[in-house]
Amino acid sequence: MHLDNIDRRLLNLVQENFPLEPEPYRKLGGILGVGEDEVLARLKRLQDEGVIRRLGAVFDSRKLGYSGTLCAMHVEPDRVDEVADVINSFPGVTHNYLREHQINMWFTVLAESRDKLGEILGLIRERTGIEEIMELPSEEVFKIRVNFDTETSAY
Amino acid sequence: MIFHFRMERQSQLNEVCKIITEQDKKIILTLQNGMPLVSRPFQAIAEKLKMTEDELINKVRSFITDGKIRRFGATVRHFDLGFAANAMVVWDVPEEKVSETGRIMAGFKEVSHCYRRPRHPGWPYNLFTVIHGQSREYCADIAKRLSRATGIKNYSLLYSTAELKKSSMRYFE
Repeated sequence: MHLDNIDRRLLNLVQENFPLEPEPYRKLGGILGVGEDEVLARLKRLQDEGVIRRLGAVFDSRKLGYSGTLCAMHVEPDRVDEVADVINSFPGVTHNYLREHQINMWFTVLAESRDKLGEILGLIRERTGIEEIMELPSEEVFKIRVNFDTETSAY
Repeated sequence: MIFHFRMERQSQLNEVCKIITEQDKKIILTLQNGMPLVSRPFQAIAEKLKMTEDELINKVRSFITDGKIRRFGATVRHFDLGFAANAMVVWDVPEEKVSETGRIMAGFKEVSHCYRRPRHPGWPYNLFTVIHGQSREYCADIAKRLSRATGIKNYSLLYSTAELKKSSMRYFE
């Protein structure tokens, strides 16, 4: 989709500085030099077209008491869709990527406790018949960058 | 926005869990539906929670202060914004050098994520970085620069070929 200059500036603003005040969209309009109605219309379009996946709070799962891990497994190429369907059916699986490697399926699982996390992985083993799941929980975090500069990226 | 922090101990995490009240859970449940596109979005959410607008805004601020909310704003789909290639680069780093190496790699603006993770039989890699770029060549070039900057030579690039799922977690449901 085409993003004009105001879209890009708006995206940068709402990624980093969503105003925590009664009329946040009016405030954003003031910064951008457009009206509140235009800010609302642009945000609606960006959401409808899928550029904005979510607008609001991004929670820290650990601070909410949740346990999570990155997992990786080898899936035969002709079973990828079927295995992905099983894995993705769990709400706690938030990301799943296919990668070019012998170990080709990479997904993240979040659960409200360690026991529950183990339970989900047990069900995935049972329902896919794949025993080997590599569990790779983060042991030390050096960086998490959750957004990008949309004004300077190449399109 | 960039966050650097060390993983906390489980005992501390358990303390954190205890102080999430039922009311906090209700607020988190409602907040994760996202901000409505109306003139006074906090007022609209506060009404559902039987709170005042000010109380809700103050609650959001306190969640940001204590880290429950990591960021308040839009999450953007990067695949739609020209980041065509996404490489996970995994590194085999001697144990005593992991912290130093992780910090150096985290300093590169092209690195979006950098974590230490456990080794496994047949999997010697214990440091994970994610690089987003316009092309595979770009990602490979960044990996070479990371290798030169840290002296870590045993590494592997895993390019993503399909995004099979990407969703936001829904807590306390």
